[in-house]
Amino acid sequence: MPNDLYKLTAYEIRELIKKRDVSPEEAASSFSDRIGRIDDKVNAFISYDKENIKEELKRIKGKEAGALYGVPVAVKDNICVEGRLTTCGSKILEGFKPPYNATVIENLRREGAIVIGRANMDEFAFGSSCETSCYGPTRNPWDLERIPGGSSGGAAASVAAGEAAISLGSDTGGSIRQPAALCGVVGMKPTYGRVSRYGLIAFASSLDQIGPFARDMRDCALLLNVISSYDPKDSTSVDRKVPDYTNALVNDIKGVRIGIPKEYFIEGIDAQVKDSVSSAIKLLEKLGAKVDEVSLPHTDHAVSTYYIIGPAEASSNLARFDGVQYGLRAKGPLLDMYKDTRAAGFGDEAKRRIILGTYVLSSGYYDAYYLKALKVRTKMREDFEKAFESFDCIVTPTSPTPAFKIGERVDDPLSMYLSDIFTIPANLTGIPGVSIPCGFAETDLPIGLQILARPFNEEMLIRVGYTFQENSAFHKKRPRL
Amino acid sequence: MTTTAKYETTIGLEVHVQLSTQSKIFCGCSTKFGATANTQTCPVCMGLPGALPVFNRKVLSYAIKVGLAVNCSIAGMMKFDRKNYFYPDLPKGFQISQYDLPLAANGELVILTGGVQKKIRITRVHLEEDAGKLIHVEGEDSSLVDFNRCGTPLLEIVSEPDIDSPQEAYDYLTELKAILKYLGVSDCNMEEGSLRCDANISLRPKGQRELGVRTELKNMNTFKGVKNALEYEIERQEEILEDGGRIVQETRLWNDAAGKSSSMRSKEEAFDYRYFPEPDLVPFTVDKKLVGSVRETIPELPRKRYERFLSDYKLPVLAASTIVQDKDTADYFEECATLYKKPHIIANWITGDILSEFNKRFSSERNATIMDLGIKPEDLVEMLRLIDKGEISGKIAKAILPEMIETKQSPDEIVKAKGMFQIKDKDELAKILDGVISSNAKPVEDYKNGKEAALAFLVGQVMKATKGKASPKIVNEMLKERMGRP
Repeated sequence: MPNDLYKLTAYEIRELIKKRDVSPEEAASSFSDRIGRIDDKVNAFISYDKENIKEELKRIKGKEAGALYGVPVAVKDNICVEGRLTTCGSKILEGFKPPYNATVIENLRREGAIVIGRANMDEFAFGSSCETSCYGPTRNPWDLERIPGGSSGGAAASVAAGEAAISLGSDTGGSIRQPAALCGVVGMKPTYGRVSRYGLIAFASSLDQIGPFARDMRDCALLLNVISSYDPKDSTSVDRKVPDYTNALVNDIKGVRIGIPKEYFIEGIDAQVKDSVSSAIKLLEKLGAKVDEVSLPHTDHAVSTYYIIGPAEASSNLARFDGVQYGLRAKGPLLDMYKDTRAAGFGDEAKRRIILGTYVLSSGYYDAYYLKALKVRTKMREDFEKAFESFDCIVTPTSPTPAFKIGERVDDPLSMYLSDIFTIPANLTGIPGVSIPCGFAETDLPIGLQILARPFNEEMLIRVGYTFQENSAFHKKRPRL
Repeated sequence: MTTTAKYETTIGLEVHVQLSTQSKIFCGCSTKFGATANTQTCPVCMGLPGALPVFNRKVLSYAIKVGLAVNCSIAGMMKFDRKNYFYPDLPKGFQISQYDLPLAANGELVILTGGVQKKIRITRVHLEEDAGKLIHVEGEDSSLVDFNRCGTPLLEIVSEPDIDSPQEAYDYLTELKAILKYLGVSDCNMEEGSLRCDANISLRPKGQRELGVRTELKNMNTFKGVKNALEYEIERQEEILEDGGRIVQETRLWNDAAGKSSSMRSKEEAFDYRYFPEPDLVPFTVDKKLVGSVRETIPELPRKRYERFLSDYKLPVLAASTIVQDKDTADYFEECATLYKKPHIIANWITGDILSEFNKRFSSERNATIMDLGIKPEDLVEMLRLIDKGEISGKIAKAILPEMIETKQSPDEIVKAKGMFQIKDKDELAKILDGVISSNAKPVEDYKNGKEAALAFLVGQVMKATKGKASPKIVNEMLKERMGRP
């Protein structure tokens, strides 16, 4: 008889376990049964097996005081877990089991969390739809004909569908926030340097950041507490005290200055998205926030800048997948081995980005593309610094449209790339951003509201997000599955 | 000078030096040479997905030390770049190196070449990580990779094309190695690969201003090999030019056994390394205080010490340059010199018997120093004093030296134990002399008739009879006295 613990939040599960009303085994089996029942349809997981869960349950013995003791967490398949398949959704990592844990996994385990399964993703996080995974697309729990967003589509869908209480994704250009918006959950990209990247298989090192998915702001804060840390193993992580983010769960935004960037309400933005976001802003104003227009003049260049820097770094980061040490290896003499391994191992989108990145770094083109992109990046940072002189946070739509149909944009990379138009600037500038549910399109498709704040001011995101959530009910609605 | 009658040679050298820090440049793995393959590795130096580099600050001090020693200015900012290329010994598919902002630049090195000093400008000194090693198994159609060397800190020292001949290149390398050894930052062992050298070389007709087309030479395993490869290349280029041909810009691989080089790749096939800033390592300011404190740790360098040995000890040029070459030898010399005030005699012994004993015993051992012979400075000095006092002859001293090394006894103990003292008792000596005179009537007669060579023969006979324990000087005098020709 299946129990329905899977419907609860991580916080609620944790409380029940603390009171001994529920055991970690019961919680885990509720979620694993749920996965067994619906994941054929959703395909949120690349790997998941009950043996691993048994091992995880054994591992948490003695961690009863942990902040996430017994809470099942889905982990995007680009975060290394020792001895477990870690695929990045790519054939080229066939059979690869890392001999070490990512720092976030160490942090999760220290607090007694259970890794319930490995979430599906666009290959190497290249994509906004979760369609480029070699393990097949993840489907949006709200409408199985539609994409869940990407690249952390599996991590978003698993939380939306009740296959995990919370999950970890990674966000390079919106890969947490956009699928969070499209799946109707909370998804946060913390400040660059807040969460260790050690053990995250890199897409673009200067943009990547691991972050939480959750059903509400409280769970998001709980998970952020656990994964945030200064890590001497990651030179880009920042040695800064981690506050207790749950202290920012305050239902009060009186006097908070919210900027609405005029450049973000562009043509081509879906009318229902526009309406929902406008209503959300009105609600925030009603709750006491001071809302005003702000300008981020370099917004126009965000996507092109991102598609230079991201692929440039990716082309270099992915060079290690050469068939020599691990993963797929084609037969033949060295040069053929290289070529055939990479031809067979990478999908189209990965190849497209490797070629793009190789091109922009080539001698003779470097200054025109990469160097210029770095300069624009600096300009964008200045835009935000200026904006944050007058505003505590900036509110925008997360994605210009709700979830689109599977296959709709596969052959049109440019329209696919544009779905990250509002999320990319936070990665280029390193600032934190969160997407929270703020409405539904007619066909019952979730719409997300993005909140951005100053570097290391995740508390502002939590406070504004929590206040909105406590005064609305969008986050409570669940897909029928 | 190898420069031919018609052409001038221009050479620039790129030297790679492994720094002898205990751990690697971006992880904590050991850098020890000779371990079992792939035992000194971790996810970071193996370039496993998700692993990240962390800069070992110890490496920075070592590198700054070298930069300062070759008179470079040290950059205010430390920044790494990625050099992208595919090779199985490079597990990440890129090497972390420095591109547009080397740690140190614009230096110079004074070398001693052909008896004169010459300045060679240093373009840059930058840090990077070493790659692994491919092992080709005889009879197999595949190769193996040993990643132990991956991530060993490597310093690249690039000279300006200020070198005019293969001999100068050799002298530059000798000087550079001496400096690095003085600094204690590298083993500088070419056979083990802790020092490697690539050479750029071009020829131009005498009087022509612009440089000729250059080739790059790789795979030289000894300083001598560098010299030979350059000599070969000069001949090769000259022949082409003489035949009216053109030099192709290319990289050539030296084959030491065959004594020739062959083309490896042309300029057209050269890699585009797609350098860009390493995003996993944050640039940081090089602390001026650190540079200052590193500067204080730099010892007197060989060229300066050479000058001082000439002026303070009045050593001959050759002895001074031989001794300063190696810091331990020079330290040893100076220790002895504080105890014994005839520096040229110490120098003779060091450059003669002592170094030859050292080479005999330690030639194949790396990192052995003159101190490993076990001759304490005070013992050497004691031996020299025994000679001065006439207690032993120079010849006996030469015999005592190996004894000192073998037995670790003081010269006094050895002399006593073996009864090697010179016979100073004139009565005892007189008896032996009389014996020699009476049994060598002919030479005695010859000497008396003015044949000086006969005296030397007689002295030799006495030395033989005393097993070298007589002072030749005294024997000489006594013989003359006895044969009536004082």
